[in-house]
Amino acid sequence: TCTTSQKGCFVFKSASKKRKRQLGVGGYLVDDSDDNGSDRFRIGQKLWETVQMNTEVIQDQLNKKVLDSLAEFIKKHGLGCSSDVWRQRASEIPTAALMLGVNVPDHAMTFRSLCNLLQDSVTPFVVSVHAKECAGLLIQKVLEQLMGSGVSVDEEKEDDTALLQRTPCTISALCQWYKTVTKKCIQVSPERKENLTNNDLPQSLPVVVIFKDFEAFNSQVLQDFILICSRYTQELPFVFIFGIATSPSAIQHRLPHSVSSLLCIEVFHSLSCTQHLASVFDKLILNAQFPFKLSSRVIQVLVGVFLYHDFNVQNFVKGLQFSMLEHFNSQPLSLLCCQKQEALLSAKTLSKQNVEQIRHLPSFMRYVETQEPQEQVRLLTNDEHVKEVCQTLLKNLHKYHKNYYPILQCLHSLTSSLPKFPLGKHIRELHVSCIEKNLWETEEYDSALQLLRILAKDELVAALRKCAETLKSANTKRMQNALQQLEDFIGRLETLEDSSGNGVISAKMEYQKTDLFQLQKTLLEKESRRTKRMNSFEVLRSQVMDFIDSLVREYLTPAEFQPLNEVCYYSSSGVLRHHPFYYLKVTDHSFRLTRAQLEKQERLTVFQLAKNAFVDAGY
Amino acid sequence: MTVIQVFHYEQRMSVTLQCPGYPEDTLRSLADRLPCRETQLKSLLSLMGQPDQYSYPSFFIYGHRATGKSHVVLSVMKDLELPHASVDCVECVSSGLLFHQVLSAFFGPDAAALLPRCPSLSDFVRLYKQMSSNSPATQTRYIILDRAERMRDMDFSLLPALLRLQELVNDNVTVILLSEIVWEKFRPNTGCFEPLLFHFPDYSKVELVQILSWDHHPSYTPELYASYINILLGVFFSVCRDLRELRHLAALNFSKFCEPLEKGEAKESDIHKLWKNIEPHLQRAMQTVYLREVSSVQWEQQQMDEKEATTLRVLSAHAHIELPYYSKFLLIAAYLASFNPARTDRRFFLKSHGKIRKTNFLKKHEKTSNHLLGPKPFPLDRLMAIFYSVVDSRVAPTASIFSQISSLVTLQLLSQVGHDDQLDSPKYKCSVSLDFILAISRTVGFDVVKYLYDFL
Repeated sequence: TCTTSQKGCFVFKSASKKRKRQLGVGGYLVDDSDDNGSDRFRIGQKLWETVQMNTEVIQDQLNKKVLDSLAEFIKKHGLGCSSDVWRQRASEIPTAALMLGVNVPDHAMTFRSLCNLLQDSVTPFVVSVHAKECAGLLIQKVLEQLMGSGVSVDEEKEDDTALLQRTPCTISALCQWYKTVTKKCIQVSPERKENLTNNDLPQSLPVVVIFKDFEAFNSQVLQDFILICSRYTQELPFVFIFGIATSPSAIQHRLPHSVSSLLCIEVFHSLSCTQHLASVFDKLILNAQFPFKLSSRVIQVLVGVFLYHDFNVQNFVKGLQFSMLEHFNSQPLSLLCCQKQEALLSAKTLSKQNVEQIRHLPSFMRYVETQEPQEQVRLLTNDEHVKEVCQTLLKNLHKYHKNYYPILQCLHSLTSSLPKFPLGKHIRELHVSCIEKNLWETEEYDSALQLLRILAKDELVAALRKCAETLKSANTKRMQNALQQLEDFIGRLETLEDSSGNGVISAKMEYQKTDLFQLQKTLLEKESRRTKRMNSFEVLRSQVMDFIDSLVREYLTPAEFQPLNEVCYYSSSGVLRHHPFYYLKVTDHSFRLTRAQLEKQERLTVFQLAKNAFVDAGY
Repeated sequence: MTVIQVFHYEQRMSVTLQCPGYPEDTLRSLADRLPCRETQLKSLLSLMGQPDQYSYPSFFIYGHRATGKSHVVLSVMKDLELPHASVDCVECVSSGLLFHQVLSAFFGPDAAALLPRCPSLSDFVRLYKQMSSNSPATQTRYIILDRAERMRDMDFSLLPALLRLQELVNDNVTVILLSEIVWEKFRPNTGCFEPLLFHFPDYSKVELVQILSWDHHPSYTPELYASYINILLGVFFSVCRDLRELRHLAALNFSKFCEPLEKGEAKESDIHKLWKNIEPHLQRAMQTVYLREVSSVQWEQQQMDEKEATTLRVLSAHAHIELPYYSKFLLIAAYLASFNPARTDRRFFLKSHGKIRKTNFLKKHEKTSNHLLGPKPFPLDRLMAIFYSVVDSRVAPTASIFSQISSLVTLQLLSQVGHDDQLDSPKYKCSVSLDFILAISRTVGFDVVKYLYDFL
């Protein structure tokens, strides 16, 4: 099986490529029978850029903490080195073990921002090495990057590179270079030094070496490098950063004690990839502001690939972007998949073809069936009327989304603390089951509600407060109403005083001397009394649950039942699943190739490049 | 022998240490700086002879880590101001670097720059001869090669040539090789000039006490520090005799030792009280700092924070690795393939395997535990076959499954073996431990022990 997939994965560029490229920017989405291709392209491109921007922002936010603490660590060692006399004697090299998780492709971005951060705020001497680049030539690579970059003294650049060719490839050469450069640094730009290290000695500018993929390094090469560097710690303040994908014990497995005793290791944890995915999910999928939506099947495919195969957030985002491309390419009505005002505007100016396409939408057909016969006729014959109805339907769809997400979050915050997670541990699972079918008809929902009905008072109040918190950020009228009711419930729950009937009984029982039979009787009595008569808290609790249930039934209806949902929802999971994007990595490779070729010719947007790659691959 | 006695003994030694040709007071200070290495120092000096005399062409000095080999030799060189070139062989990725360093140490960087781009041994000899004819040696020149065991990986002619360099360049030059392993492991097949062998023995416990007591803290008496060192060695001597490590540990834990003194809870004479205070602390240090589970900085901070409940998370505490679902099953399948004989696959993975008892198909060599023998290589096909039968759902053989195998290889959880037929049927080995695989299979609810031949 392996061999066949390997043999079958060569991608040949189609002969008609040249012709296609002449179509121009928006041309790829233009169909012969359709005239709004360029509009769809524009909308799609905008969304694409939003996705790109948002993922970068999320990544930055998530990494900020760990990157800051790393920079702090390096600063601390850069400054405080001289005071720790004994550590120098033992020639320990400060080392940060950065735990990144096994989703290796996501690391590139982290390292890029780490490099930038360090170069901006700590030291210009940052080298990052990749195992593949330096099988046996680690030192050479480090030297090249450090000395070749002509660090801060720009006018000396040519001399430096010439020097490198003549100087032998040793750390002692690096020492010489480091001395001259730091000296120059002071002479050339004293003010720059001030903001770098707060008037400290020039020697305290550490040389940071980042090993991007620690596991992949040849351990012998690594050992030698560490041994050599430890000889020069007095002259060259090295700091290492190991990017570790598995676990910190990998260090001990790769390095013998004689070498690892030269390191002073501190462990830093970056956020786990599942948390990363959750925040991407929150931002891009569980967001009413983002008009493009995925159907439950598509989400399941994407999340499945993430959880079962690669733990790779970038791949997930790529999948999202790909389904966006498919959506805007295959669905002419995706013209309406944009912000509310814009969508209403374009709904007014729908072409005849588009109106016809709307009439053929399954959800619209269902809608027509529910109308009066007279209205039905009008909807099927009068184009203008369809456009008007379409506008109201679009408004409704947007309203639906605005109400859907807050309620979803409420329900999640209520059920996520229940034992065994009947409705799923993550909000994405809840979301999938909500848009798939009527949630309230499932067994899981019933069991969740049953569990909720036996919550203790303080737990219930805490959960409701969380709900109120999420509802506060929603700004529709209905949500405000719901919020008011909820707060009312919370108030009533809090003012409720404890019923102390039970306590009295148990106190009485202690005094009586009873035999077994009598005890059984009293217990049974007590039990029956309880079932008969609910105390006021229990009454209130069931009221709250009924309220929650009504909210769920009203707002968490499956998206399929919304008329015109096809405009926003991309649902062909089969296309996604059988697309080589997920099947063969080679497609990814060809994508990169095309990209490189194209960038030479003209500067194109990423959106277009991706499109080209898919077209070239023959899809 | 108490510390005081040792001091006396040593002073007597340093008086007797004298060699013609070297200034006596330098020798005395040298002997003071090199405690417990007097005999070695003396023999070394007598071997070297007077500075203007020709010395023996090559020495080979060996002994364990941190027995003072480089320290003694380099101190002698520096204090007696002898011309020498000290080279660490780890740094020399090519012999050219070695030549370069030697030439620039003896004749200045200009001479070294004359070396061609990829210098051969004869280039080096020629250049050395040329240079030494201009400035012949008035004193013996020494080339000190640290970690000489690395020379064996270099050009095969390099070591024999360096051993008789004196003959080749016709100059008063001596090569000193320093190594942690014995000369027998060096001797090339073709035979070579035998260097003078010279052993540096390990320090005894008494000697360790004496040396460690040297760097006593200025604000406390040497006696107190010596008793501290005694306590420290009482804990660590059984596991570690490496002077450098011990020194590191001594420096790390001394502040904790002094704590009762600074708080005024104990006097310097209350050795027992101090011992009671420091002993559990040292025990903990042995489990963490010594194994570098906790970095020295973290250890220090912990001492300062004075938190008794150890909140520090040691390195091996996070052995847990998060893997994608199918990667876990691939790893489990790889483990099974590595530790089960291929013949038994029928027994484990076929539904109607019949009644095959362990004794029936047990071959003689398989009676020993497979876990003792270590993982065996297996072809990719077998891995995939086991994978499909252990994973509970139907999985399509997509590229993403295969790419997970290669990512497991990069994570060093699997390792690829063999060179032939890499493309058609690559072979792998599983390189994780039983504990690890048990933890992994627990997360996916798979009872791996039931499928292991060893535990049948």
